[in-house]
Amino acid sequence: MAKVLVVTSGKGGVGKTTSTAALGAALATAGKNVVLVDFDVGLRNLDLVMGAERRVVYDLINVVQGDAKLAQALIRDKRVPTLSLLPASQTRDKDALTDEGVARVIAELKEKFDWVICDSPAGIERGATLAMRHADVAIVVTNPEVSSVRDSDRIIGLLDSKTEKAEKGERVEKHLLITRFDAARAGRGEMLNVEDVLEILSIPLLGIIPESFEVLRASNLGSPITLNNPVSAPARAYFDAAKRLNGEALDMTIPSDRKGLFGKLFGRRAA
Amino acid sequence: MTEVASPRHSIRFHGRSYHAMVLAPEPPAANWLAELDTWLERSPGFFFGRPVVLDLAVLQPGKQGLTELLQNLAGRNVKVMGIEGAEPSWLDFAMPPLLLSGRQASVIPGDNPPAAAEPPAPAPFSDPAPDAAAPLFDAPSPPGDASSATAVAAPSQQPNSLLLDSSIRSGQCIVHPEGDVIVVGSVASGAEVIAGGSIHIYGTLRGRAIAGSRDARARIFCRKLEAELLSIDGLYMVADDMPAHLRGQPIQVWLDGDSMMIAQD
Repeated sequence: MAKVLVVTSGKGGVGKTTSTAALGAALATAGKNVVLVDFDVGLRNLDLVMGAERRVVYDLINVVQGDAKLAQALIRDKRVPTLSLLPASQTRDKDALTDEGVARVIAELKEKFDWVICDSPAGIERGATLAMRHADVAIVVTNPEVSSVRDSDRIIGLLDSKTEKAEKGERVEKHLLITRFDAARAGRGEMLNVEDVLEILSIPLLGIIPESFEVLRASNLGSPITLNNPVSAPARAYFDAAKRLNGEALDMTIPSDRKGLFGKLFGRRAA
Repeated sequence: MTEVASPRHSIRFHGRSYHAMVLAPEPPAANWLAELDTWLERSPGFFFGRPVVLDLAVLQPGKQGLTELLQNLAGRNVKVMGIEGAEPSWLDFAMPPLLLSGRQASVIPGDNPPAAAEPPAPAPFSDPAPDAAAPLFDAPSPPGDASSATAVAAPSQQPNSLLLDSSIRSGQCIVHPEGDVIVVGSVASGAEVIAGGSIHIYGTLRGRAIAGSRDARARIFCRKLEAELLSIDGLYMVADDMPAHLRGQPIQVWLDGDSMMIAQD
């Protein structure tokens, strides 16, 4: 049974697209058929992070409006054969998405894939609400920082009210993914710690992704961190999160890179 | 509630009682008007400058009849300031308001549209799923007390508190103008609870609690104070005004005359 997963946060820049790419690649390498759908129409990024920007012909809007067939718009990843991407349009805006069109595309994707992962745009407007509309599972991406936490709280409220499941009286399964976590800074009180965030948001924790220069490097190379450097700390955290999504019970740990002094200095400057 | 949020002034609303003369026309309306005419011949200036309330519980004129009656009275220089005992459906906007003496029959909308869809069932808190369809916008009248009920109906004696089993998320706004609100979870930063009576929060209050929009004796209770704003009966206090040592403490807030009192529980 295919599952529709939305990666959302409310706030921008917290790592939705990075997490979508990393988790999608992690699920796909585990043998699942995965499609990543970029809902950020007008500000598409997922194609860049996936390194597929030079292969985009048709996009989500073309398929929603019936100008192209789904098979024409899907881009298959060159590294992992079970991973596909449905890019967003950069030239249109979110008003080009229609309720019926999105519902039809999602239904069609559910027939072909095990996981349909929707990368939500920031904000709570049309793009974001349509991305979460058909979700069975939601990952709320949060940085350990007050404004991100409050925006996530707002999104959780919307997940409980504006989704198809909520309107039918069912519940969207919600998971919290804390990204850009720095244990040392949280210890010094410069960042919220995990307990604070969990107390405020009170949804189950899917994973804690440590802050790392590897993430930015992978993005710029157009490769999900889980493919680019699978042994790095953030990649291991994403692999664990993907296993938890598949129902495995793992102990919650925060992976760390054992870096020398040089590595630490370099890491801080790059971040 | 944007007024309450403004940094300086707050708008206060008061209830006040006035004396008014009540005219209760009896059917048939034509005969009653003829009697009124003979009476007015004897004392022509009687109604001049006097507020008059029209009690329609006996006459039951209907919408058309009411329109005609108001025209007839206006022609006799009788100024009607309010109407009693009428169906809300008879009245249009140009007519004097329906006086309910506190027996509220219609939903008072808040500024913020509710984040969730309208509550599907009249008894929202009997919903087994705790988070689904939280009654963000509870209609004040209890089930069965339809808005078409006439004002002569006995006021409802049912307990009128709203119990919310789940946490209130940022951006959600609970409006319950007719009684107390009890929140078993927390109220997030950026969320708002507005109650006619008291507010009880059994988790952390991080958002706004606006109590006693109809009652200066209302209080706010919470297990842990991290609130952005506390307000009772139009008086308010923002986070900066709250004593620092009470942050994170269980507290209650009440009004003592025109000052807000806050103390650890």
